[in-house]
Amino acid sequence: MTVMPVVKPELSTKVSVRNLDFFYGDQRALKNVTIGLHTNKVTAFIGPSGCGKSTLLRVLNRMYDLYPKQRAEGEVILDGENILDPRVDVNLLRSRVGMVFQKPTPFPMSIYENIAFGVRLYEKLSKAALDERVEEALRGAALWEEVKDKLHKSGLGLSGGQQQRLCIARSVAVQPEVILFDEPCSALDPISTAKVEELIDELSQRYTIAIVTHNMQQAVRVSDFTAFMYLGEITEFGETDAVFTAPREKRTQDYITGRFG
Amino acid sequence: MSLYGSRRRANILAAALCWAAAIFGLSWLVMILGALVYEGAKGLSPDVFTQMTPPPGGAGGLLNAMAGSLIMSVIGVAVGAPLGMLAGTYMAEYGRYSRLTVAIRFINDILLSAPSIVIGLFVYELMVARMGHFSAISGSVALAILVIPVVLRTTEDMLLLVPGSLREAATALGLPRSYVIQRVAYRAAKSGLVTGVLLAVARVSGETAPLLFTSLNNQFWSLDLNAPMASLPVVIFQFALSPYKDWQQLAWTGALLVTVTVLVLSIAARTLSRQRTSK
Amino acid sequence: MRRPPGFPFPLGEWRRAAGLRMEMALTEQTFEDPGVDNLAKEAHVSDIALSGERAKSAEIDRRQVLGKLGLFDRLFHKLTLSAAVLVLLLLGGVIVSLIQGSLPAIRAFGFGFLASQSWNPVTDNFGAMAPIYGTVTTSLIAMLVAVPVGLGVAVFLTELCPPPLRRPIGMAIELLAGIPSIIYGIWGLFVLAPFLQQYVQPALISTFADTPVLSTLFAGPPYGIGVLTAGLILGVMVLPFVASISRDVFETVPPVLKEAASGIGCTTWEVVRHVVIPYTRVGVIGGVMLGLGRALGETMAVTFVIGNAHKISGSLIAPGTTISATIANEFTEAVGDVYTSSLIELGLILFVITFVVLACARLLLMRIEQKAGA
Repeated sequence: MTVMPVVKPELSTKVSVRNLDFFYGDQRALKNVTIGLHTNKVTAFIGPSGCGKSTLLRVLNRMYDLYPKQRAEGEVILDGENILDPRVDVNLLRSRVGMVFQKPTPFPMSIYENIAFGVRLYEKLSKAALDERVEEALRGAALWEEVKDKLHKSGLGLSGGQQQRLCIARSVAVQPEVILFDEPCSALDPISTAKVEELIDELSQRYTIAIVTHNMQQAVRVSDFTAFMYLGEITEFGETDAVFTAPREKRTQDYITGRFG
Repeated sequence: MSLYGSRRRANILAAALCWAAAIFGLSWLVMILGALVYEGAKGLSPDVFTQMTPPPGGAGGLLNAMAGSLIMSVIGVAVGAPLGMLAGTYMAEYGRYSRLTVAIRFINDILLSAPSIVIGLFVYELMVARMGHFSAISGSVALAILVIPVVLRTTEDMLLLVPGSLREAATALGLPRSYVIQRVAYRAAKSGLVTGVLLAVARVSGETAPLLFTSLNNQFWSLDLNAPMASLPVVIFQFALSPYKDWQQLAWTGALLVTVTVLVLSIAARTLSRQRTSK
Repeated sequence: MRRPPGFPFPLGEWRRAAGLRMEMALTEQTFEDPGVDNLAKEAHVSDIALSGERAKSAEIDRRQVLGKLGLFDRLFHKLTLSAAVLVLLLLGGVIVSLIQGSLPAIRAFGFGFLASQSWNPVTDNFGAMAPIYGTVTTSLIAMLVAVPVGLGVAVFLTELCPPPLRRPIGMAIELLAGIPSIIYGIWGLFVLAPFLQQYVQPALISTFADTPVLSTLFAGPPYGIGVLTAGLILGVMVLPFVASISRDVFETVPPVLKEAASGIGCTTWEVVRHVVIPYTRVGVIGGVMLGLGRALGETMAVTFVIGNAHKISGSLIAPGTTISATIANEFTEAVGDVYTSSLIELGLILFVITFVVLACARLLLMRIEQKAGA
């Protein structure tokens, strides 16, 4: 194995969150959160249950818009544009910021349709081009070999791990810039988990990625940066190495060494 | 010991009474279906399906009544089902958390069990009185009004069963709301939606009261929506209460046909919804 | 840091599976794998990576697409909203048109309409007393039959029924609820009424001939048709509603509660009596009232067997009439404004009564649903 010198590229910030507060009704779930997601890097969010990790993720694509009484205050800048601005087209935003959920959520249609579905909305592709796009996406999600003979069978017939990769392929197919992973492996077995983790690593070449996880080993394996959240605040943020080997905060240390959480 | 004995006796007595109640309830079903099949089958012949309703005392069939029932039910469902579905969609999707939805759900549940004869009166006032004559179209409207609450209720229930995660996943792709509803939520709830429509068809195909003074009856073959039209239930009602044996026989046969239709539809609807829940 | 030692898969393997060639991958140099080069050649998919310009142009396209879709989106929203509002308007329309239709009768008779027993098309003098009485009496008889039997069936289905039979019997009861009322009517007229006339009513008359109150309740010749017969038919019709709603309500009782009661030695009956029924009382009452609402408004089954006599008789076996039977029998033959309008006013009265009963039923059922949901 030859190790060549790696030129560290300039870090640029894709998404920058500034002074973000989030409310479920009267309850304040995020307190003055400020953080940046670096372009083409994986940022992991860890912390005990209910600390606001998933909430933060759901602000980044304004998923909370679906529900009444949920509101965000502050700024979330994506490529220079504040996405919390009410004038922002949320559908456009979501097509740029994809999301993969805790439980696999294949649509009740064929594997092919699961992927072609979102693509068709935005692009008028020929049959051949669409086929190609579906194949690309499935290859990109390391699923092609497993499903190429049953593309027109229901996506619900796949195993949990395959379904999750199908969901990743589906997100990738609409060509987002940022992908959010909300505990993508918590419902998967270890082998599927490994595959999804490889995939995340792979995807970080082209996408800016944020991942919420309960599994600290996973954070170590897949992320470049790690944010530790506690009671709606980010208490520690830095390169994953640093956070895990030499945490500045006692709470972070307690959490990653399993003393609470 | 004696306390235990009396408690045990009470328990046995209660169980026996519940068994008796169940047997009693089921025996009605058996008696009604038995009489229907026995009396109705006697009159089954090709004439029933090929001849028009007869004049008093004469022989004939039920062709025009069957056609009328079919036409009015189809129009009723074609008008009522989409409206019920759209309204149910609003309640389960756009307006899930709004007060309007609570109000509509309440009103709809009342309409669901409101006396159908009152709906007949409403449509009489709304259409027949204004047009000056009875018509098939007003009968269809009355049936449509009966379809709406049934379809609305099942649509709302079925859409609420669609997991929110599926909706979120589709939304996360950047799909507009209407797209998410139509392509994902409807598809996930498909068998439930069909169940609702089937139940609605079952309900209107036996409805009599709202047709009595909207579409009235017509002894002859008619496809004119602007004229009175025969329907199976109304013909059954008229013929059963008549003094003529032939007419009474046709009423029984008609009743058998209506019941079979309704039972087949409701069994189909239930089987469909069970498949869905067992999956 | 990315890939700590002990990671379960060699890098090349997943890259092979992915069939992907990474462009300018930084990690590629540190994790070189001899297999990668061969794979790289079939990797025609390298272009999925978005270059900056492509991302920009894609975004412009999306804006256009979404702009167009947005219009449709709003349209669909409004469409569903209007359909939902239509349901409210429908109820409003029913009420308004019934009030409008009954204005001539209201003007002619005022509140006296409710108290008058007369029903005379020749002199145009109408009163609602007899039909209201018939409606209430037949419904009460129906509930006397349906409530105990329905609750018994519900207890049977939830507690006693052998599991394999539970589903078919439950379904049969529900099918009974789906049979159109006209079928009950024709069956009542041709099967039940003659049977009652021949066997039951003579027995009732002779048995209670000397009992003070009951002799008036069962006075007169056995017609077969009449208030009692109509009430029985209604009871059979309402029974499945009461049974299936009570069953659903009984099923909301958390199994732990029942198990706890059984655990301290309660018999099945005691569990039902002291746990299930108290827990579900509100819901059961709601179900009963829903059944009552059905019974009050039921038309065809009653019209066949009530006898259509506009008088209040103390005897239950005498013919009578109900609101809905009167409307069904007379509406198309009614001549003159006041006659028609009186019938519509009857409809209005019926609607108001059932509305109140059904509204109470729904409110009670909503309470139990909230309890089950919480």
